[in-house]
Amino acid sequence: MSEEMIYLIIGMALVTYIPRMLPLVFFNAKKIPPRLEGILQNVPYAALGALIFPGALLIHDNVLFGLTGIGAAFLFSFFGGSMIVVVLGSVVVLTVLTPLF
Amino acid sequence: MKVLQISNLPHAFFHGLKDGSSIALGYMPAAVTFGFIAQTAYLSAWETIMMSILVFAGAAQYMALSLVAAGTGALEIIFTTFIVNLRHFLMSASLNEKAEPDHPLKKAGYAFGITDEIFAVTSMNKGEVSSAYIYGVFLISYISWVMFSGVGHSVGELLPSMLQQSLTFALYALFISLLVPSLKKHRKILVLAATAAVLNSLFVQIMADGWAVILATLLSAAGVEGIEPKQPLHNKPEQKESR
Repeated sequence: MSEEMIYLIIGMALVTYIPRMLPLVFFNAKKIPPRLEGILQNVPYAALGALIFPGALLIHDNVLFGLTGIGAAFLFSFFGGSMIVVVLGSVVVLTVLTPLF
Repeated sequence: MKVLQISNLPHAFFHGLKDGSSIALGYMPAAVTFGFIAQTAYLSAWETIMMSILVFAGAAQYMALSLVAAGTGALEIIFTTFIVNLRHFLMSASLNEKAEPDHPLKKAGYAFGITDEIFAVTSMNKGEVSSAYIYGVFLISYISWVMFSGVGHSVGELLPSMLQQSLTFALYALFISLLVPSLKKHRKILVLAATAAVLNSLFVQIMADGWAVILATLLSAAGVEGIEPKQPLHNKPEQKESR
């Protein structure tokens, strides 16, 4: 295991655990301001948007590769595909179409 | 007729295992996918399993992989993880209102397991939630997550190299699968994701990828809240496989 990876994993573990632990150990029926609560609830969705774009479009020299993948994943997911179906389905679609790009 | 005095603690623990088994089942494909993508991002089997053992946060773990693959520095990845998992602070605070008063060390133990799904299942119970019950839900979900992360990694190693190009897309497919079911439910989620996507596309031109993601995420989350705060999302995000 590389040294940097060890630091990375330990760091991720701490910043994940501490926010989960603090309220349960130290809070007494404390109320969080509603505005802050709203912002924190928004975070996961905003993060997903930022993580998909523009990264997905840049993984291949041809931007159509990423667009095709996004389209395939969207359709699989929209019609109720589970996570593994969406992931494997998009990979299969892209593998079949790779000669075109 | 004699009323059986069932010892409350083991009973609640097994009840938790039973309720947690549906999460464990749901984590299976998510963990296999994580292990499989970790392998494509050149993490070793041990690094993959250690991350699942020590972090236990699905969405953040996937995001870390994409940042590792992009060559992002450890500090930026850790800060991204912090921002992304900060929502669990809210969930713990909310669960704390319902949880059985218990020794702080016992609560500190199950606090490690407050993922989206475990929070949702435990907090749906009527009345006070016992610590033993939460430990039951946590334990079975955790074992599934760690074990199938390892399985996913070994599956990835067996894949033919001709798949490599298309496999680079797997991570993005995963994010899309986390986002789309929620998009169908709330217009606000579309606005949040689209705003962050546009901001991030701009920011990556002028700063490191990791910071661009953080800044785009925070600006979108805070900005959209400022514009339409009257549309509360559920206290549990709809990322069905995320922790």
